[in-house]
Amino acid sequence: MAYKLNVNGKVLTADVDPDTPLLWTLRDTLGITGPKFGCGVGACGACTVHLDGKPIRSCATPVSSVAETARITTIEGIGADAVGRKVQAAWAELDVAQCGYCQPGQIMSATALLKSKPRPTDADIDAAMSGNICRCATYNRIRAAIKRASGQPVEV
Amino acid sequence: MTLQATGASRRDFIQASASAAGLLLTFSIAPKAGAAEAGVKPLNAYVHVAPDGIVTIMAKNPEIGQGIKTSLPMIIAEELDVPWEMVRIEQADNDPKAYGRQFAGGSMATPLHWDDHRRVGAVARAMLIQAAALAWNCPTGECSTDKGMVVHVSTRRKASYGSLAAQCSAVNVPDPKSLTLKDPSAYKIIGKATPQYDTAKIVSGQPLFGIDVRRPGMLYASYEKAGVFGAKVASCDLDAAKAVKGVRGAFVVEGGTALDGLLPGVAVVGDSWWAARKGRKALNIKWADHPTSAQSSAGFAKRAHELAAGAPQMVTRHDGDVDAALKGAAKTVKAAYAYPFIAHVPMEPQNCTAEYKDGKLEIWAPTQNPESGRQLVARTLGLKPDDITIHMTRCGGGFGRRLSNDYMVEAAWIAREAKAPVKLLWTREDDVRHDFYRPGGFHFFEAGVDAAGNVVAWKNHFVTYGEAPDRPAPSAGMSASEFPARFVPNYQLGVSAMPLGVPTGPLRAPGSNALAFVHQSFIDELAHAAGMDPVAFQLKLLGEEKIVGQPPAAYNAERMRGVLKAAAEMSGWGKTQLAARTGMGVACYFSHQGYFAEVAKVHVAADGQVKVDKIWVAADVGHQIVNPSGALNQVQGAVIDGLSAALFQKITIDNGAVQQGNFGAYPLLRMADAPPVEVKFLKTPYPPTGLGEPALPPAIPAVTNAIFAATGKRIRELPIDTSLLKA
Repeated sequence: MAYKLNVNGKVLTADVDPDTPLLWTLRDTLGITGPKFGCGVGACGACTVHLDGKPIRSCATPVSSVAETARITTIEGIGADAVGRKVQAAWAELDVAQCGYCQPGQIMSATALLKSKPRPTDADIDAAMSGNICRCATYNRIRAAIKRASGQPVEV
Repeated sequence: MTLQATGASRRDFIQASASAAGLLLTFSIAPKAGAAEAGVKPLNAYVHVAPDGIVTIMAKNPEIGQGIKTSLPMIIAEELDVPWEMVRIEQADNDPKAYGRQFAGGSMATPLHWDDHRRVGAVARAMLIQAAALAWNCPTGECSTDKGMVVHVSTRRKASYGSLAAQCSAVNVPDPKSLTLKDPSAYKIIGKATPQYDTAKIVSGQPLFGIDVRRPGMLYASYEKAGVFGAKVASCDLDAAKAVKGVRGAFVVEGGTALDGLLPGVAVVGDSWWAARKGRKALNIKWADHPTSAQSSAGFAKRAHELAAGAPQMVTRHDGDVDAALKGAAKTVKAAYAYPFIAHVPMEPQNCTAEYKDGKLEIWAPTQNPESGRQLVARTLGLKPDDITIHMTRCGGGFGRRLSNDYMVEAAWIAREAKAPVKLLWTREDDVRHDFYRPGGFHFFEAGVDAAGNVVAWKNHFVTYGEAPDRPAPSAGMSASEFPARFVPNYQLGVSAMPLGVPTGPLRAPGSNALAFVHQSFIDELAHAAGMDPVAFQLKLLGEEKIVGQPPAAYNAERMRGVLKAAAEMSGWGKTQLAARTGMGVACYFSHQGYFAEVAKVHVAADGQVKVDKIWVAADVGHQIVNPSGALNQVQGAVIDGLSAALFQKITIDNGAVQQGNFGAYPLLRMADAPPVEVKFLKTPYPPTGLGEPALPPAIPAVTNAIFAATGKRIRELPIDTSLLKA
C-alpha cells in the first residue's frame, strides 16, 4: 500500500505493507537511517521519533496507524527546531556520546522533555528518559547535557 | 618518490612519498620483544599532508565507542605540531599489511601506540623542518614549528606545512629514535578534553554504523538458528516463507559444528528487512535433537556443588601450607560465591553487509576484530583472504561481542547464495540468544586471619566450564596469580571444570569482571571478621613493598595503595555520617595495566531495593591522559556498566537454550538508576595505559560491600537478589 508521510516537513510516499513499523518504513524504504533499531519492542528508545511533537517508538508503530496529516520529525530534522538545536549543541559540547548509536533517540526524548518542561528537575529527567537505554552508560553526561540545554548549572 | 630512513635499523622502518599531492608517510615499527611474544604484529599508520595544509590521519583501529578514532590521531597531531582544527580523520579499512593488527580489545591501543604514534608525528614534523631549512638554506636547528607552520626562529620567517609537503621528496627520513619528543608541558592537544571526531554526525543522525550501510540492489536478510547451539535443521517450510510478499528467497544453510563458526540455520532474503523477518516467521522450523539439548543452568549449579564437595581436579597454585595455616588462624571464614552467564547486548544488533562478485567478496561490518573475521570467512567459503575486503564501520557498541565474527560469516554465505548484495540484520532476540557469553562460575573459599589482621591462609576451589581444568572454555579460566596470590603466604588455588555446549567469550574486562566481585567481596568479609576497617585491611594486605611478584606477574602494590588512599580521601571514607540502611563499600582491582580503587555509597530501602547514591573512582593509568573527555566518559560508563551487571543481568540456560530474549527479561540499567560517578586520575611516573575496561571490575564489589555495610547482608551471588535485603 502507498502511504503518504510528512517527514521533516517533506511529504514522502512509501509503498509498504500496513503492518510495517514506521521505523522500517523510514530506514529501508525512505532511506532515513537516523532512527535506530535496538529491540523491536519499544523497550530501548533507539528508534524514537516525534509524531506531532510527541516522542514515540517508531519500531512499535505500524505505518498504517500514522495519519497523513501527522508531522513526523526524526533526528535528521530536529535541528530545524530551536529547542532541538540547543539539545544537539549541548550533546556536542559535553561530548556525551561513546558509541553514539542510542544518542539520536536520547536527543529526541530530551527535546520532547524540554519542549514541555523548559527547566526539568532530576526527577523529570529520570521519568522522561526512562524509555531510552544507553548501553555505554553515558547517563551522567546525558543528564548534564539536558541541564545545559535548559540553561541550568551543570556538574560534569 | 619513496624514501627510506637513514640510520634506521631494520626494526624501525619508515617510508615517505612526497609528490605534488603532498606528503604521505607510512610508518612501521617492529614490535618490542615482549609484544612479539604476545603475538602483536608490526604497526603502520598513515599521515597525509595536503597542499592546503589539511592533515589527514588514518584511524587504524575499529571505533566501538571507546574514542580511539579520536585519541590515536591526537597523539600523532601533537608531535606533528598541527592545530587540531586542521586535522581530518579517516577510518582505515582492514589491511594488516599496511597497519599491522587492527582490533579493539584489552584496552591495549593506548599502551601499544603511545610511543610509535608520537614518533609518526615527530618524523613528519622533522621532514617538514628539513624541507624548510633546505628552501631557506639554513641549518635545521634554526627552525621550529608553530600551528602547522615551520618557523625560522630568528627572522620569524614562516612556511605552511601545506606549502612544504611537496618539497619533502628532497629530504631524508630521519631515524625516529633520533628525534626528541615533546616535553608534556608543551602539549597543546594531548591532555586537552577533545570531543569525538564524529560528534557532529552522531548528534544529527548521519549514517555511520554498519546497520546504515546501503548498496545498489541490496537485499535484506534474516537468519534463524536453533536455540540449542549448533542444532541442525530437521525440517522447514521454505515455500511458506517465499509466499510472503517481498520475500525474494529462502534456503537452508548447512553450517558446521564449531560454535564460533557458521552454525546451521535457515536464511530468508527480501526487499526489506521487515519482509525477510515476516518470511522467517512462516518457516515453521523443526530442529534436530542435539547432544547439548539437556543442559541447564540448574544442572550446572548442581554439578558445581558436587564437584566442590570433592578435591579439585587440579591444583594450579600451592604456596606454603594452607591447611596448617587455617588451623592456626585466629579467625576463619568459609563462603561460596557464584555469578551467572551474561550477554553483551551492544545497542546496535549484529549486522553485516556483504557483496559477492566474480569470486571476490566485499564486506561492510561493525567488527572489533576484522582480520579474524576475514580468515573465518575465507576458511568457511573456501576463498583466498586476499579476495576479501573488509570495510570497518563505526560499531554501535562492542564490549567484546564483536571480537567474534559469526554474523560476518553468515552475511558472506547468504550473499553468495542469494547472488545479490545482502544486509543481514539480527533481531535483539537473535543477539541475546546467540552471544559468546561471559561464562558463569563458582568459587568456594576458605581463609584465615591472625590476631593482627593479617591474611595467613587463602584457599579457593574454582569450579568453571571447560573440557578440563587446564582447558577452560573461552574466558572461563583464572590465572594462578590472581590477587591476593603473592600477598598471602599460604595460598591454594584448585580448579575443576564442567563441559559446556554454550559459546563463551570475552566481555569487557574478561575474567576480571567476575573475579573482582568474588575476591574483593571475600576480602571484605575477612576485614569484617578481623574487626578491621576495610580500607585499612586492604592496605595491610597490600603490605609495604613496592613490587610484589616477578614479571610477568609483578604487581605494583605501591600504585594500588595510592589509589586506595585517594579513593578513601575523595569519598570521605570513615568521616561520613551515614543514615540508617546506608553504607559505604570499597574495592580495588588491577586489570589491563590499570590500578583502580572505588568507593560506593548505597542506600537499601526497606523493601530491599538498592539505590547507589554515588561512586568515587581513583585511577592510576600512568603519567598522561591522552583525551580527558574520553577518559572520563570511559570510566563513568564502565562503572555504570558494572553496576548494571550487578543489579540486573543474568542469562539462564534451560533445555540447552537461552531463556531470555529482549530487554524485558534481560534488563539494562536506565537513567534513574545511574549514580553520579566522580573520577580522579592519579599522575604517576608510568607509561600511559588504556581505559576501556579496568574501571569496571571493582565497581561491582564496591557496591556489594556497601550493601553489607548498610544491611549486614552479604551478597555472594550476582545479580543482586533484593528480596534478601528486606528490612
